[in-house]
Amino acid sequence: MNFSVLQFPGSNCDQDVVHVLRNVMGHSARLLWHKESSLADADAVIIPGGFSYGDYLRTGAIARFSPVMGAVQSFVQNGGLVLGICNGFQILCEAGLLPGALIRNRSLQFRCEQVYLKTVTQQSPFTCKIPTGKLMRIPIAHGEGCYFADEPTLTRLRDNDQILWQYANAQSDCTEQANPNGSVSSIAGICNEARNVAGLMPHPERASEPILGSADGRLIFESLIHFLGQRHRDTPAVSPARTAEPVVSSV
Amino acid sequence: MKAKIIITPKKAVLDPQGKTVQSALAHMGYSGLGSVHVGKYLEIEVTGADREGARKQIDEACHKILSNPVIEDYRFEIE
Repeated sequence: MNFSVLQFPGSNCDQDVVHVLRNVMGHSARLLWHKESSLADADAVIIPGGFSYGDYLRTGAIARFSPVMGAVQSFVQNGGLVLGICNGFQILCEAGLLPGALIRNRSLQFRCEQVYLKTVTQQSPFTCKIPTGKLMRIPIAHGEGCYFADEPTLTRLRDNDQILWQYANAQSDCTEQANPNGSVSSIAGICNEARNVAGLMPHPERASEPILGSADGRLIFESLIHFLGQRHRDTPAVSPARTAEPVVSSV
Repeated sequence: MKAKIIITPKKAVLDPQGKTVQSALAHMGYSGLGSVHVGKYLEIEVTGADREGARKQIDEACHKILSNPVIEDYRFEIE
């Protein structure tokens, strides 16, 4: 599979995402500078974490207007898969590709710690390989990760099974203490109605190798790759065979 | 002309900054000061003399980028 990892001025988790996709998952990944207006032959797009545009005005508010986001919008409309991590989640909400918004942590603290994530539904390209009942140990590092949505939106999210992950404790309970930022309904990540766009505040790319303390984050990338693989099998290939060599990147 | 824009968090949105400032004021001994909401103030220079055109532009800019309608309200005046 070919992954495109977007790079905005101020993104800082882009290289970690590329590393995991290439060296841990064994797939092709390239960095895509925000000024590019084409996603080339990307099978999926990852919007990484960081502080795009210094979080000026609002986090993700300026990045959403970058040229590459036009290509992402079309990609999404055509059913392409997009995963936003942390700042990526913020950018997707600002761009209207995901409902709701991320605001300042309720504690007003920047929280940098491991959390437990409960997977709410396996019915998505981002969660299909996460075993039932599995609590994932994944780090967060954010000051504006409090997910907010009004009541009608929250009701829709629940009714449509769009809540993918919630913050939980070691007993899988979504308590207030287990919620690091005050997100409504302990929401850590969601998907859109069409289920091809997802965002989460925690960093799965920082939990994909045992040496970093947890490899649970891999399950999210595995889900994506599995889903893409199935989609390729179900759809006759129309494009020329891809090579295994990653496209030249700016790394 | 100058556009003066005030952006505030919507009532339904929790404002922990506002609450923190409120307690800080109380701590400092100010009495009778109630709830605080922290917002943003922008000044934008607008060229030309078309007041109505400026108003439309600023309104659109506020809605599209300067504020996030999911969590913020805005108001402005053009001088």
